[in-house]
Amino acid sequence: MPHDLNLAVLVSIGQHPKSGRARRAEQDARAVELGLKLVGERLELLHAGEAQQEVLRSYLGMGLKEMTLLEQPSAGDAVPALGRYLAQKRPDIVLTGVRAESGEASGMTPYLLGEALGWPVVTRIADIIKVENGEAEVLQALPRGQRRALKVRLPFVASVDLAAETPRQSAYGPGRRARIDNASVDAQQDQLRSQWQEAPARKRPKRLKVAKAKTAADRFKAATAKSQASGGQVLQNESAQEQAQALFKLLVEEGVLR
Amino acid sequence: MILDGLLPVLITMALALLVIGAVRRINLWRAGQPESVSLIAGLMAMPRRYLVDLHHVVGRDKYMSNTHVATGGGFVLSLALIVLVHLFGLDSKILAWALLAATALMFVGALFVYKRRQNPPARLSKGPWMRLPKSLLVFAVTFFIVTLPVAGVLPEDFGGWVLAVILLIGIAYGLGEMLFGMTWGGPMKHAFAGALHLAFHRRPERFGGGRSTGLKPVDLGAEVLGVAKPSDFKWNQLLGFDACVQCGRCEAVCPAFAAGQPLNPKKLIQDMVVGLAGGSDAKYAGSPYPGREVGQAKGGPTQVITEGLVNPETLWSCTTCRACVEECPMMIEHVDAIVDMRRFLTMEKGNTPNKGAETLDNLIATDNPNGFDPGGRMNWAADQNLKVMADVKETDVLFWVSDGAFDMRSQRILRAFVKLLKAADVDFAVLGDEERDSGDVARRLGDDATFQSLAKRNIAVLNRYKFNRIVTTDPHAFHCLKNEYKDFGGDYEVLHHTTFINELVKAGMLKLDMYKGGTVTYHDPCYLGRYNGEYDSPRELLNELGIELAEMERSGFRSRCCGGGGGAPITDIPGERRIADMRMEDVKATGAELVAVGCQQCTAMLEGVVEPRPEVKDIAEIVAESLVEEVH
Repeated sequence: MPHDLNLAVLVSIGQHPKSGRARRAEQDARAVELGLKLVGERLELLHAGEAQQEVLRSYLGMGLKEMTLLEQPSAGDAVPALGRYLAQKRPDIVLTGVRAESGEASGMTPYLLGEALGWPVVTRIADIIKVENGEAEVLQALPRGQRRALKVRLPFVASVDLAAETPRQSAYGPGRRARIDNASVDAQQDQLRSQWQEAPARKRPKRLKVAKAKTAADRFKAATAKSQASGGQVLQNESAQEQAQALFKLLVEEGVLR
Repeated sequence: MILDGLLPVLITMALALLVIGAVRRINLWRAGQPESVSLIAGLMAMPRRYLVDLHHVVGRDKYMSNTHVATGGGFVLSLALIVLVHLFGLDSKILAWALLAATALMFVGALFVYKRRQNPPARLSKGPWMRLPKSLLVFAVTFFIVTLPVAGVLPEDFGGWVLAVILLIGIAYGLGEMLFGMTWGGPMKHAFAGALHLAFHRRPERFGGGRSTGLKPVDLGAEVLGVAKPSDFKWNQLLGFDACVQCGRCEAVCPAFAAGQPLNPKKLIQDMVVGLAGGSDAKYAGSPYPGREVGQAKGGPTQVITEGLVNPETLWSCTTCRACVEECPMMIEHVDAIVDMRRFLTMEKGNTPNKGAETLDNLIATDNPNGFDPGGRMNWAADQNLKVMADVKETDVLFWVSDGAFDMRSQRILRAFVKLLKAADVDFAVLGDEERDSGDVARRLGDDATFQSLAKRNIAVLNRYKFNRIVTTDPHAFHCLKNEYKDFGGDYEVLHHTTFINELVKAGMLKLDMYKGGTVTYHDPCYLGRYNGEYDSPRELLNELGIELAEMERSGFRSRCCGGGGGAPITDIPGERRIADMRMEDVKATGAELVAVGCQQCTAMLEGVVEPRPEVKDIAEIVAESLVEEVH
């Protein structure tokens, strides 16, 4: 691992599914764990949100001396502040969770940041094997325990999947003593969100699960086998023009573009 | 006699070395953290603590207590008289005869020490301790002989040069062991450190028949939480470690040691001594931690204990059953020390083994160790129509349900107890969803921050309501509520359900049939018995049912742990046997068909033993089965 590798991890306020209490978010904690593995204490921990959230200390308790807080009002939009801060700091890798456990939880943060910074986004990674010559070897988590090895140029944004290494225990003492530094950023109201109306979620009817497998061997296969892609088309030797044309056609067919 | 001139010089030298050693030793203890004790009152109380409280423990082994009275008493008396007769040269026949008697007494005691050391049990340390009876004999014999002329039994010029030289060697050897060794780390160190340990004990409440078992709270604002280095212990804890006589009674009763887990309370205390004095454990001559070699451990007062001196697995093997503390004739507090070091591992290092971290996270996020929905605490009682404190605000008896509410086996105990409460027409209510884990497991796992958070929130809830007493079926919650909430402003009258049911039966509130099963034995839960001294109520209650208990060899204050305390099932340190299996062997040895228990953890542990085995039932269940229900 290069000694000058700079790594920022974005952490959010998690929410326990049973009690609804604030906690260390599971995916974000895995991102911190991965960051600690790569660069140890040099990792920059970042949170954009309201001040005075004690639960942030549970990330610090994993062995960090300080973190940066980009203070935002409760209805603030975290992305512009994060984007500006990261553009200025220019870390090599930015790690996030896949999706927040509370709030909007749209899972859009890594994409919006990638767009704002103009960096590639790697989704659902399980591990970063090594970083060498400005390139990272990344393992992406796929369903059923499968992994896809990728090589990604620095800098990039990656979201960390639950398949990553489980986070270490958070220790109370170091977490309590660690510093939370306020970085001055302009707070930006989330205009879109302020127009939304919130309502409790409706329970959606569940699709009945029909077991098609007749034998134990079938069930085993269904649980473990690689899902077969069908109807795909590999465009490798065509010109960029033709490739774009094919993509456009597919998007129209699927009703994504109208 | 020829020695007349030399003797005072030798004695003065030995006493001087004793004092220098004492100052050095005291400075080692002073490396610890300050803890205020009352110096004068402690020293004044010391003789009584020694003669009454300590001998009460030593007296469980009559052979040893008589031996110690003779040897120790003889020695103290001899030393005082030696100073008068041989140092100050008081020419008194009476004093000389008294000295003769004292050395004779010591000699007789030392003979019994010698006899026991001929074939010592495995729990005793060997090494320098094997030399001690000989030293005692030499000291007694030589001073007996040199006193004979003073007493006028022998002529002043008795003996020649040969005898004088022999006596001289004897005196030097005896004084060396008894005075020099006392403060320079020999076996006699126990007398010096032990006496001061009794005077400045960290839990003075334990003397005079009292009880002090609640853990001391951590100052969460401190620079380092828990004990990292020997110098992080309170100074009188260090003093306590130094008082160890290596008798190994703790080792003989330790369930983890018997199970082959890497813990031996005696070795642990000796490692603490290595830590406070600096050095290695190479000279340790007792049983090792099972499966670990002796001689590898190194430490010093300012070196982190778990990095080279004690393996963390040793600390996590403890079930906090307190058998070692109960058995220790020096009244050393092993469990306090273990939990202090666990606190460092958990709160500073974030290194609680196995399921520890998950359990603590659950306690923080859901107030119960298994991460169940805190809003589902009353689900077990959906059909019980219980009064909830939030509605009634006031009640006679507050029933503390504990986390057993989430466990299907424990729910049967809760239901049985509710049945009895209803049959006796008790005015009771529960906290419902406002109840939280008592914090027992968090605290024993070293997470005092979470314990304190749970305790404070529980106390805030409890203080909102009016009730006379709290009753609980869980001895761990019982202990926390009764003994450990006081430090945070929660002072309640708390009863264990066996005590309460016994009261109801005695008051004629419950009509009971005779028990119609086979032989029954009773397993004392550690947190009910040793922690809180409740041995009688469960037994009286079972007697009321016409049960003649077939007592296990290890019952009452010597009860063997089920293996379920101190978070041991969560940290799950591997051993050669399971503690619960060993306890079930104890049960089987009585020929009992049923083992009565008063704790849901014990029930879970003992029922986890593979069948065929005796049945396991909580006393509430046994009583509820014998209840004569009136038909209206």
